[in-house]
Amino acid sequence: MSDVVLECRDVGRRFSVGAGMFATGKELRAVDGVDLALRRGEMLAIVGESGCGKTTLSRMMLGLLRPSSGAILFGGVPIDGIGRATVARHIQPVFQDPYSSLNPRKTLAAIIALPLEVHRIGRRETRRVRVEELMELVGLPRRLIYAYPSQLSGGQRQRVAIARALAMSPEVVICDEPTSALDVSVQAQILNLLQDLRRELNLTFVIVSHNLAVVEHMADRVAVMYLGRVIEAGPTSEIFSAPRHPYTQTLLDSVLTPDPTRGLPEFALGPGFPNPLDPPSGCAFHPRCPKVMPECKRTQPATRRDSARMVECHLYDPVEASAAVSLKS
Amino acid sequence: MTQAKSTAAFEEVLRVEGLSVEIGISTGLLRAVSGIDLHVGRGETLCIVGESGCGKTMTSLGIIGLLPRRARLTAERLVLEGRDLLALSPKQRAALRGDRMAMIFQDPMTSLNPVYTIGNQMEEIFLRHGKGDRKAARARAEYLLHKVGISAAASRLGQYPHQLSGGLRQRAMIAMTLMCDPTLIIADEPTTALDVTIQAQILHLLHDLQREYRMALILITHDLGIVARMATRVVVMYAGQVVETGTAAEVFAAPMHPYTRGLLDCIPIPGKTARGAQLGSIPGMVPALLGPIASCQFRNRCPQAFADCAAAPVPLRETAPGRTSRCLLTPASLVPQRAESLGAAE
Repeated sequence: MSDVVLECRDVGRRFSVGAGMFATGKELRAVDGVDLALRRGEMLAIVGESGCGKTTLSRMMLGLLRPSSGAILFGGVPIDGIGRATVARHIQPVFQDPYSSLNPRKTLAAIIALPLEVHRIGRRETRRVRVEELMELVGLPRRLIYAYPSQLSGGQRQRVAIARALAMSPEVVICDEPTSALDVSVQAQILNLLQDLRRELNLTFVIVSHNLAVVEHMADRVAVMYLGRVIEAGPTSEIFSAPRHPYTQTLLDSVLTPDPTRGLPEFALGPGFPNPLDPPSGCAFHPRCPKVMPECKRTQPATRRDSARMVECHLYDPVEASAAVSLKS
Repeated sequence: MTQAKSTAAFEEVLRVEGLSVEIGISTGLLRAVSGIDLHVGRGETLCIVGESGCGKTMTSLGIIGLLPRRARLTAERLVLEGRDLLALSPKQRAALRGDRMAMIFQDPMTSLNPVYTIGNQMEEIFLRHGKGDRKAARARAEYLLHKVGISAAASRLGQYPHQLSGGLRQRAMIAMTLMCDPTLIIADEPTTALDVTIQAQILHLLHDLQREYRMALILITHDLGIVARMATRVVVMYAGQVVETGTAAEVFAAPMHPYTRGLLDCIPIPGKTARGAQLGSIPGMVPALLGPIASCQFRNRCPQAFADCAAAPVPLRETAPGRTSRCLLTPASLVPQRAESLGAAE
């Protein structure tokens, strides 16, 4: 188990919504019972629709939010006990929108050196050397060192955000939709950069994304989230070639590959994403599931694990599935 | 009324020739769009593809007549259903907007008015264009909400935009554009703000409605997947110019312009691109859109640029009917694409 860098153990996060002077508020389970282990050097993708809890989970992994239940372990130690500064030394974020995640009034030199300043690493001159090093690493020309974010293109800004994340030489980088605000040609450059960095620096990556083509291309493992739970996880090639959960299948069907000989995908997902304040009974996906069985409405499916994969679906529950069939007949 | 129109000679709905949009900025005139031609017919989906700043949104705003005040539009022809839009007064053009042509914007949250109910906003279009009384307007709004797949349509009419989810909002937006039964719909990145599962549903809806009402649809997107699945014809734009046109099948099977080829190399294609392999990229940046065009706009980023590319502006050349490319290279002299070479190696 020594190769596990970051581990989520039964992590949950609840928010209280609509609480006021007279109202008690409702409980929203943004993340519920997530078990995930991140191995050194791998790239794990977290996918799902908006509202599925993927951003909340990534914020907890960064130590920006405390889990309401369960624990997140870094190197075997709960990150709650390590302290913000230490967590930030080892785990760094790259956010979605490089337009709002960079301070418009600071130069690149100041932006990239800020983590070093906060952690009191090095002196002014050594920091400057480190900034130049980082800029070279992410492919930013040195002449931009005193430029402001507004003078840069979207792709260059995202490079700055990556350089800043790497300033502390972290072990884990968590990227929340790193390319969804970028143009196609720029997206390719950033994805190539992330892969180069991963190889050169032996970084461990978590990529939160809704672009499944990108995920398939980049990630070693995928975790699919639905309404706060990881409903399927496993190696990318296996998940993409043989998805087990009906939700994963639907997600994969909805990817539009640039193939003009095929029309739009045919699938009926039924009603929209459920209200997280009032989650469906049993399996949360059952109102939209094309393969729904009576059992799905009653009980939450158990987690089934084999060698490298896990799935939460009654279809893979031998006893219950056969019982459901016999009930029907 | 619709029946009579569709049987008349208006097979072609919109024809644009030599459309340019210039925007006055502090350092001079910015050429957002430089002389583009396009046309779209009933039942046809024309996709305009390109990256940010290529002029695709300015083109659509120019057609519909909603350009920002600083922008100036010039065109040789701008004809909608036989009407010369250039000869119309702003008032007359406004009368066509929402009636004969309508637009779907990227973000339904910012394009719907937050202080009016969905019903109010839908009825307003109907009443404004004098299509009937309030009762008829309400009936049509309810019918259309049902048509775009919104359940409990009658009660949704009384709701405000913030009470709907993103997908429902975009459905309501689409229903709104249909209020006066337009012949041309321009959709500018209609699904960019939505989840993938919702995206597929909305595209389905647009496709089905377009078939049913035989509308002309101009779909503006940067997503090549959407283009491949939706387009009848494709227009690729770069730096304010059209660089390639053709049917979707032609453009994806044998892209001719190095920019189109570069774009297709940039996206990972499941099954074609090896996992973890380097993606293609287009180095460099879009040229500044200032001053007259003196050469090929793409030459600084083109892997196959040669001396002639810098000598003079490159004209759009027709290689087959409807198939054009703004490139001096012949199809035979293009280097093989990354995806092709990968396919050959398999």
